[in-house]
Parts: sequence; C-alpha cells; structure tokens
Amino acid sequence: MTQLPTSTNKKLGLVIDLDTCVGCHACVISCKGWNTENYGAPLSDQDPYGANPTGTFLNRVHSYEVQPPNLKDGSQAAAQLIHFPKSCLHCDDAPCVTVCPTGASYKRTEDGIVLVNEQDCIGCGLCAWACPYGARELDAYEGVMKKCTLCVDRIYNENLPEEDREPACVRTCPAGARHFGDFADPDSNVSILTKERGGMDLMPEQDTKPVNKYLPPRPKDEAPEFDVLAPYLEPIAQDAKGFVGWLDKALSAMPGGSK
Amino acid sequence: MHPAPSVIIFTTFSGLGFGLLFWLGLGALQPTGWSAFIWFGIAYAMAVGGLLASTFHLGHPERAIKAFSQWQTSWLSREGICAVATLVIMGLYALGALFGTHIGPLGFLGAIGSLATVFTTSMIYAQLKTVPRWKHWTTPAMFLALSIGGGALFTGLIYTAIILLIVAGVMQYFAWTTGDTRLAESGTDLKTATGLGSIGEVRAFEPPHTGTNYLMKEFIHVVGRKHAEKLRMIAMGLGFVLPVILLLLPFNHVFAAIAVLSHIAGVLTLRWLFFAQAEHVVGLYYGKR
Repeated sequence: MTQLPTSTNKKLGLVIDLDTCVGCHACVISCKGWNTENYGAPLSDQDPYGANPTGTFLNRVHSYEVQPPNLKDGSQAAAQLIHFPKSCLHCDDAPCVTVCPTGASYKRTEDGIVLVNEQDCIGCGLCAWACPYGARELDAYEGVMKKCTLCVDRIYNENLPEEDREPACVRTCPAGARHFGDFADPDSNVSILTKERGGMDLMPEQDTKPVNKYLPPRPKDEAPEFDVLAPYLEPIAQDAKGFVGWLDKALSAMPGGSK
Repeated sequence: MHPAPSVIIFTTFSGLGFGLLFWLGLGALQPTGWSAFIWFGIAYAMAVGGLLASTFHLGHPERAIKAFSQWQTSWLSREGICAVATLVIMGLYALGALFGTHIGPLGFLGAIGSLATVFTTSMIYAQLKTVPRWKHWTTPAMFLALSIGGGALFTGLIYTAIILLIVAGVMQYFAWTTGDTRLAESGTDLKTATGLGSIGEVRAFEPPHTGTNYLMKEFIHVVGRKHAEKLRMIAMGLGFVLPVILLLLPFNHVFAAIAVLSHIAGVLTLRWLFFAQAEHVVGLYYGKR
C-alpha cells in the first residue's frame, strides 16, 4: 500500500559523517556489488567499456567546495572540499511512496525501510520525480525502479557472521564515516552521534522528514601562535645572498621583472 | 525535466480529446448516426491515443492494470480510474447518440468525468514539490483551460472558444512569468541540499561519475532552454493568437481547420516548454538546473 505508516516500530537508517568521509567511493562499489548479486534485479550498466558508460547506482558520492567567509583580518579563508555520499534517506514522509500508482513502493511498518516490490513496478518513474534527493534510478535494462534497500537482505541475514549484518556501504567504509542503527532508540549509536555532532536533514524545507542524518564537518583548526615573541622578531631570511641573491636582483632588473 | 515525446503527446491529445468529450457530453453538439460516429470517433482517437502514448514511457506497460489500485494516495492512479470511467460512460452515451437518443444525465456525468480526468492529469505534475515551477494552481488551471478551450474550438463553439482561448493565453503568460522565479522562491538551493550553507558558499566541485546517469538525463534538460523565449512566442502565436483571429473572421471551413491545426501545434510547443523549462531540485546536487 502506498499509504505511509503513521509510525514505525524501528527507524533504521544511516548517519553519514561529512567530516570523516575521504571520498574514496568504496561504499559506491560495495553497494553496487552486493545489490547486483542479491535482492531484486541486478544493477545494470550500459556501454560499460565504451565511450559513454552509464549504469544504475544506489549510492553516489558527490564532492562540493565550500568557501567560508573572509577572516577577521580580511584575508580569504581556505576553501574546504567536502565529499558527500548520497543514497536513499528512508524518509518518514516519503513522497516517492504516496505517488506510486501500483503500490509497488512502500514503507515498512516494522523498521521504516522504504522498498520497491519489483514485481508490481510498472516503471513509470513518478517516484523518482517525487524524490528531491535523486535516490531512485530506473534501471535501463530491467525497466523497474531501483533504490537503496538499506541492505535488508544483510541486516537480518542469519547466514552471515554477526559483524556483517549491516549495510554493505557501512561495512566497507575504511574511514568509519558511515554508521547504521535505529533512530527510534535514543540510546543507539546513531541517535547519540546525531545529538552530539548536530546531525542535520538534507532539504528540510521539502518536508520529507528524512531518517538518515548528515554530520556537518567540524570547524577547521587554526594554527595557534605558539611563540609570544614571534610577531616582534625580524624574519630571518629577508634577502637571499650569494648566487641566488644575484639571480634575484638580475631578474628583477629585467624589463617586466617583479620588484 | 526531460521533454519525453510520449508524455507531450499524451497530455496534449488526451487533454483535447477529453475537452471535446466534455462539450459533447454537455450536449453542445447533438450529432446522431454517422455524424455521431465521426464526432465521438475523433474524441476517442485523441483521448485513447493520448493515453496509449503515455504507456510508451513505462518500463513494464504489461503491468499497467496494477496502476488502478492506489487511488487513495496516488494522482496517477486516480487519473487512470477517472479516464477509464469517463470513457465507459461516454461510450454508452455515444452508443445512444448513434441510434438517435441523447441520454442527458449520462452525458452530464461524462462531462464531469472528462474534467476530472484532465484535473487528475494536471495534479500528477502540480503535486510535485520537487519541481517548484509546477507546484502551483496555474498548472491545473492551464490544463483545464486548454482542454475545454481546445474542445470548444473542435466543437465549433466559436464565441466560447474565443473567450476560453484568450483566457488560456493570458493565464499561460502569467504561468510562465511567475514560474520563472519559483525555484528561487522555493528556498531550496545547493546550501539546503547539502546542509553545508552554514559554513559558506557551496559549489559543486566534482560529480559522482565521469559520464551521465538516469537522474541527469531525466531531470536536467539544458538543450533548448536557450530558445525558450522564441518558443514561447511561437506557442502563443500558434496556440492562441492565430486561432482567435481566424475565428473572428467570417466562418469558413478552411479557416476553422487551420485554427484547429494551429492550436494543436501551439499546445504541443507549450507542453514541450512545460517539461523542458521545469527545473527539478535534484539538479542542484549536480550544480545544474
């Protein structure tokens, strides 16, 4: 049914730490690997070794440059590069579910995971239109909508060793930037992380109430001035001496040379 | 948004088809016998042809029957139900007309159903918060005005058509000009999309891949937007100005036919713009619109 549950027993989801992510794309690859070989239709590629390769991915890593405002002394602050993994946020108010005409899309009452029943999907694409995050991709070969399942076939899978019963992206992340847990439990790892680090929603104004939270990058350290006398001391090397000093003077004297 | 031909053909022709059924149901024309066959044939060809065209973009059209089940939440499901119910009701009305009787209440019900079908079609787009340009009352208003205006033009209701086409033209101008700023007014930008706006200015530095993907092909359409101003004038001229001028001239079957064809070409153009100019917020993640 495409009616959203009023509440779910658990709220399983991810915390993604933008401070820790190094942008290695290992989560992208492990996600593609696991989800191609397991639950549902494989994630196909088109022209994978040709000039215009495309394919279906449930998790993609963007990179953004953030330019902080100028420092107090007027100089420009160093820009920051932030790697940004993005997959389904398993929203509480998932607009992708309610628009589905066939009931293929649904949100589970037991754990809040948003899934697609691929046998019912007609591939109309409207759920991808309704998702502001680009979390759903229509597979070009299978003609059905693919999305993150939160590795529903891993997290409850008793055939796997216990440490593997978490989403493939979390299991593989070498930087420990991804965390999996139950947001309905205030004492879970993800709830504590969210509280301590100010976990945020993406596009809160879209009113989707995402379950997944993003931890903002911590403020960058500024190198402390460790010597109180340093500002009063003359710089040591003001003028180069010897051959380099001659070269500096000679080049500066040439037309167009910098003084 | 990607202006897929199947969806442009669907919205244009099913809109006109149901607009024609609306006026036939109201009894604006009361054809019988062969004449009824031709009139209802034209209406059904457009309405059903449009609906069939819409199935071409489905990944699994053979499962389309399942789309009638989720009317409680899904506008797409509601549209399917309204369309089939209206076609059945108007089919019975048309059957009566073939044999010389016009069952008034049935036609009235069919007219209401025609409006409901066009309205539910428009709400598929107007409901999407992810496309701020569409999420506005002008979207259903335009779909309805174009449908009954085009229907009146087909039916030969000259004065009704003139008034409705002028109303639709003015409303389209309003929808375009107000729609141009709606993404900026929605409050969604790269800062809220990434949550990084509290640090400073955010710029998309590197996309997740070297090529393209489904999302970029479906939601980020750039080619052709640069001709938008010219296309708007063409759509205005063909869709509204020329048909109204032709209707104001002394009646002539050739003029009427040109007015109808010109209107269809105009609506196809503005429907193309409706999709091509719509900006989906997911484009922000790629630093595009």
